[in-house]
Amino acid sequence: MSTATAGRSSRAAQARSRDSSRPTRIRGTGIAFWLFFTPFAVGLLIFTIIPLLWGGALSFFEAKGTVLPTQFVGLGNFKDFLTDTAFLYSLRTFTIFAIFIVPVTMATSLFLAVLVNGIPRFQAFYRSVFFLPTACSYVVASVVWRLGLFNGLDSGVVNTMLSSIGLDPIADWLSASPYWWVVLISVRLWMQVGFYMLLFLAGLQAIPSQLYEAAAVDGLNPGGWRMFRMITLPQLRTTSTAVLLLLLIAAFQAFDEFYNLTGNNPETRPPLVYLYNIALGPEQDFGHGSAGALVLTAIMVVAGLLQTWIIGFDSNDDARRRRLPWRRRGPVGAVGAGAGAGVGATVTADLAGTGAPPGPSADAPSDPSADGGHPAAAAAPEIIRPDGGDRS
Amino acid sequence: MSTLTMAGYRRRRGGLIVRYVIASLLALVFLVPFYAMVKTALSTNDEIYSTTFTFWPSDPQWARIPEVLSDPRFLDALKNSAIMAVVATSLSILIAALAGYALARIPNRFARPMFMMVVIVLLIPGTTAFVPNFIIVASLGWIGTLRGLIIPGLFGAFNVFLFRQFYVNFPKEVEEAAHIDGAGYFRTFFQVIFPNTLPFASALTVLGLIGSWNAFLWPLVVAGSGQSANTVQIYLSSFLTAQTFDYGGLFMAATLSLIPVLAIFFFLQRYLVAGIAATGLKG
Repeated sequence: MSTATAGRSSRAAQARSRDSSRPTRIRGTGIAFWLFFTPFAVGLLIFTIIPLLWGGALSFFEAKGTVLPTQFVGLGNFKDFLTDTAFLYSLRTFTIFAIFIVPVTMATSLFLAVLVNGIPRFQAFYRSVFFLPTACSYVVASVVWRLGLFNGLDSGVVNTMLSSIGLDPIADWLSASPYWWVVLISVRLWMQVGFYMLLFLAGLQAIPSQLYEAAAVDGLNPGGWRMFRMITLPQLRTTSTAVLLLLLIAAFQAFDEFYNLTGNNPETRPPLVYLYNIALGPEQDFGHGSAGALVLTAIMVVAGLLQTWIIGFDSNDDARRRRLPWRRRGPVGAVGAGAGAGVGATVTADLAGTGAPPGPSADAPSDPSADGGHPAAAAAPEIIRPDGGDRS
Repeated sequence: MSTLTMAGYRRRRGGLIVRYVIASLLALVFLVPFYAMVKTALSTNDEIYSTTFTFWPSDPQWARIPEVLSDPRFLDALKNSAIMAVVATSLSILIAALAGYALARIPNRFARPMFMMVVIVLLIPGTTAFVPNFIIVASLGWIGTLRGLIIPGLFGAFNVFLFRQFYVNFPKEVEEAAHIDGAGYFRTFFQVIFPNTLPFASALTVLGLIGSWNAFLWPLVVAGSGQSANTVQIYLSSFLTAQTFDYGGLFMAATLSLIPVLAIFFFLQRYLVAGIAATGLKG
C-alpha cells in the first residue's frame, strides 16, 4: 500500500496533490465511495425522491382518506386548487402579512445592528439579548402572546400599557382584523429580528473602515445620518437584498404561529396552513393536497432560483456580477453565502467550478473556539469575517 | 475599530449615552415576553384572571413545578423531544459528514452527478414536503411513532452540501499522511478527518438540537392529535387548540420546555453563532 504510493514518480504525485478532485488513490476506493455515500443516498431515495414521485402521481388522481390513487382526474386537482377562493385568500393573507413583516423586520434588524455596532462596550450582551428569542419555539411564543401579552384581560401586559397611555383595552385580540395582525406580526418580529440583526452586523463589520475615514476627511460627521446614508446603506446593498428575499421566503412558509394563534380561521390562513388543512384536515384529501404541495413548491423553487440568481454567484462569475451593479465591489460575504441556506446561494457558485476559492460559509466556523473567553465575545470573529478573513 | 471613529465617539459622548439608553430600553422590551411567561407560570389562577396588573406574583407558586412534572403526558413529551433531538441531530450529522466526505474526497465518476443531485434537492423547500412525506410515512405504518418522527428528517441535503464544502477546503496533507501510513478510507475518516471536523460539526449540532426541539409542523403531521410520539411543542400546542383554562400549568410547562434550549443557547452560543455564519439558517 505505502510502497505503491511511494513508487510513483514524484512529478505525478505533485500533479495529483495540486488537482483537488483527485487525491491519492488507495485501496478500495471504488467501494469506499459507495460505503460513505449510500446511507444518505438510500434515505434520500426513500424520503425525498419516492415521496415526490408518489405525490406527483397522486396529484392527478382522486385520493380522499387514502394515500393510494382511486380515480384519474387529469389536471383537475390543479385546476381546483388554483381556482379555489380559499387558496387565493391564503395568498392574500400572505401578501398582507409580508407587506408588514418584511419591511418592519428589515428596518428593526438594521436599526439594532447599527445600534449594537455603534457601542464600544457590552456589545456581546446586547447582541445576546436581541438574539435570545431565536432560541424560543413559535409554540412557546404563541402561548405567551395569546394567553399572556395579548390575553384580552385588563391586567394583560399590552392592555395595561394601552390603559396607561389612555387608550381602551382590547378585549379580544385574535378575532378581529387589525388586531390579529398586531399579534401575528409582533410575534414573528420578536422571533426573527435577532437573526437578521446578526446578518446585518456581519455586513456592517465587513465595510472597510477606510471608507468612513475618507468620508470623515471629506467633512461628513462620523456616526451621523449622512455618513449612514452615503456609506453604510450602499455598502449593505448585498446584505439587504439577501435579507429581503430570505424574509419573503420565510413569510411564505409561515405556519407555526398562525396555526397556534388563529388556528384554521379562513381569513388569517397562510398558504401552508391552508395546505395542511386540505391534506391532513378532516377530509384527508391527498389528491388535492399533493397538487397543492407541488404548486407551493414550484412557487418557492422559483423564489429560490431568483435568490440564487441575485445574490448567490461567487467571485468566479464575473459576467453576471457586472450586470448586477451592487455586486461590483465591496465585500460580499457571509450573508450572500450564508443566507442562501434552504435555497443554496453558494450552490450555483460551486457548480461553476469545483475547487473554487474556499467559501466563507465553509471556513469561517472551522475554528469557533479560537478566541476563547466569553462565549458571546468569542462568537464575534465568525461574523466579523464574512470575507473569509482577508481583512484581518 | 479605527482611531478616527473612536475620536468621534469621544466628541459625541452624549450621543453614546443616548445609544446605551435606547439599547437598554429595547433589551427590556425584548425580555418582556420571558418576564410575562415566568410571571404567569408562578401566579395563582386568581392573580392571572384579576383585573389589576401586578408586577410579580405575591405568592409564587413554586409547587407548580413538581405538579407539571408529574403529568405523565408532559414527561412523555419531554422524553420524545429529547430522544428526537439527540438521535436525529447526531445521526443526520454523521450521515451528512460521510456523504459530504465521499463527494469531496473519494474519487469516483459518480461523485459529480451525485453532487448535482444534492444541489437540485436543495432547491426543494422542506416545508411543503410534509404532504408527500406523510404519504410515505403513512404507508410504512410509522404514523404516531418515534421512527416516523425521526427517520424522514435524517437525510438533509443541506448538511451534505455544507460538509462537502468543508471537506473540499480541508488540507489534503493530513489524510495523505494517514493513507501513506496504510489507513483505509474508514480509518482515515473516523480517526483523522472527523475529529478535525468537530468544531464545524458542533456548530451544526447546536443548530440541529435547537431546530429539532422547536420543530412543530412535522411532529404535528406525524403525531397529530394522537397521544403517542407527542413532542413538547405538540403537547403545548394541544392546550392552545383545546382552549385550556389552566393558564398557570401551561405557562409553567412552556417555561420548563425552554430550559434545555436556553441552556444550549447560553453555554454553546459561540457554536450557535458559528453555525448561523455557516448556514444562514434555513428559513
